[in-house]
Amino acid sequence: MRIGNGSQMTSIKILVEHLNLQYSDGKESLRDINLDIQANTITVLFGPAGGGKSSLLRVFNRLNDLADVKLLSGRVLLDDMDILDLKVDVIALRRRVGMVFARPIVLPMSIKANLTYALELTGEKRVSILDEAVEKSLNQAALWDEVKDRLNEPAISLSGGQQQRLCLARSLVLKPEVILLDEPTSGLDPISTGKVEVTLQELKKIYTIVLVPHSIQQAARVADYAAFFLQGEVIEKGTGKELFINPKDKRTEDYIMGRFG
Amino acid sequence: MDIISGLREIYKNPNSPASRKNKQKLGFGLLFIATVITIIPIVAIILFIFIKGISAISWEFLTTFPSNGMKEGGIYPAIVGTFYLTIGTALFSVPLGIGAAIYLSEYAPDNRWTRAIRIAIINLAGIPSVVYGLFGLGLFVIFFKLGTSILAGALTLSIMTLPVIISTAEEAIRAVPQSFRVISISVGATRWQTIRRIVLPQSLPGIMTGVILGLERAAGETAPILFTAAVFFLPRLPNSPLDPTMALPYHLFVISTQVPGMPIDIQYGTALVLIIFVLGMNLIATIIRSRARAHRQW
Repeated sequence: MRIGNGSQMTSIKILVEHLNLQYSDGKESLRDINLDIQANTITVLFGPAGGGKSSLLRVFNRLNDLADVKLLSGRVLLDDMDILDLKVDVIALRRRVGMVFARPIVLPMSIKANLTYALELTGEKRVSILDEAVEKSLNQAALWDEVKDRLNEPAISLSGGQQQRLCLARSLVLKPEVILLDEPTSGLDPISTGKVEVTLQELKKIYTIVLVPHSIQQAARVADYAAFFLQGEVIEKGTGKELFINPKDKRTEDYIMGRFG
Repeated sequence: MDIISGLREIYKNPNSPASRKNKQKLGFGLLFIATVITIIPIVAIILFIFIKGISAISWEFLTTFPSNGMKEGGIYPAIVGTFYLTIGTALFSVPLGIGAAIYLSEYAPDNRWTRAIRIAIINLAGIPSVVYGLFGLGLFVIFFKLGTSILAGALTLSIMTLPVIISTAEEAIRAVPQSFRVISISVGATRWQTIRRIVLPQSLPGIMTGVILGLERAAGETAPILFTAAVFFLPRLPNSPLDPTMALPYHLFVISTQVPGMPIDIQYGTALVLIIFVLGMNLIATIIRSRARAHRQW
């Protein structure tokens, strides 16, 4: 079950056991997924489109509740809590597990309001706390210096790269434990992508990060651990080094070498 | 004669480059003429009523009761009555309509029932207004014993207005990008918080436009209030929702058809006031829409 060589001091943040998922429309499914995600690392889920990576991310904070799911079985433990349990407080879960999407979608409000939105939902009204959270999350997302003088401007006025970092900040503002990133740099230029990747290396000290990369190169650059997804199954998993330098499975190797995908 | 020679060219060589260009010109020309023809009656009606009615308009006309069997005096009670009826209609149809629209677009599952409900709502909008009047008479005036009253009239107008409000509001709500809802849910909002804080504020201008268009129709209709709310003449203003009332469209109908020897300028003056009332609401809707479009962040 354990990924990696076990020599490091690690603890499992998310444990996936025999997870099966099917949508009613027959698109993308997951078959018998077993995976563990180590705390304070970057785990990369990669593979060709339709392999089930995004679906798995959406299971982690139960966003799949919004889709038409036909079958969902198995166990997904966040620490000791079974995420799939119908009794789970999904609102609380989504506050512990934040999500950043492929397209930077900012809410139609000011930069600041994009960040305070999630806090205000809980009834937080104290200006000092809100301001502090805004500054801290923007700093963590490496955006504070660029926007500190224009916090009340519409978020849509930011560039694409800035918007994506705002989305990252928006998920950080709740102080989650896990951050899920679904191809967060797919629409960004190389410089912005670099900024996000550097930011992630900082963030993993505090958070557990699960990333669906937008390229193999990115996967290889940032992965502490990696899992290769193909048609709804995990073909191979291990440390980033193992997987990208010495893949054991022929299919993993073919994909990494660019022979298909 | 450019047009003649162009047509001749089309006739002789229908596929020559010059002909293709001429055909395009001809097409645009016909479309332009169609547009002009549709605008002419609208402008003509407004101008016609304005010119014939403006001489009747005075402060006194707007603020006094009719006298001498309607042939003199003003239309004050009819203006007030239409105002009351419109407010009353808004009171019932706006919360109900917006509520139904939110339910249909945000909560209702997409199944045979909700599809049937939608079709019913659309068809409701096509029912002739006199049928609503008859329905209101049977249900509100007689069955619920409300009598001929502002309340019965407002309820009848509400039923007529609801389909317009529901379908425009639903459209406005659906126009808010789905991604905003996903984002909101993903940061721990409930569905209701998402609706209240994201969806409704973003769709409010569209909803308001639908509300005003619906109420504008209610304000201008005669048939639904004919049996339910309106009376020929009242010597005083209504002082409770259970009183009958005079109303502009009904008053116009009465003085145009039921009063022999009615001065023409009072008829057109009344029509002018009604048109200004309705167009004024329309203008407000237009302003809301264009301002919202300018400030929209998606």
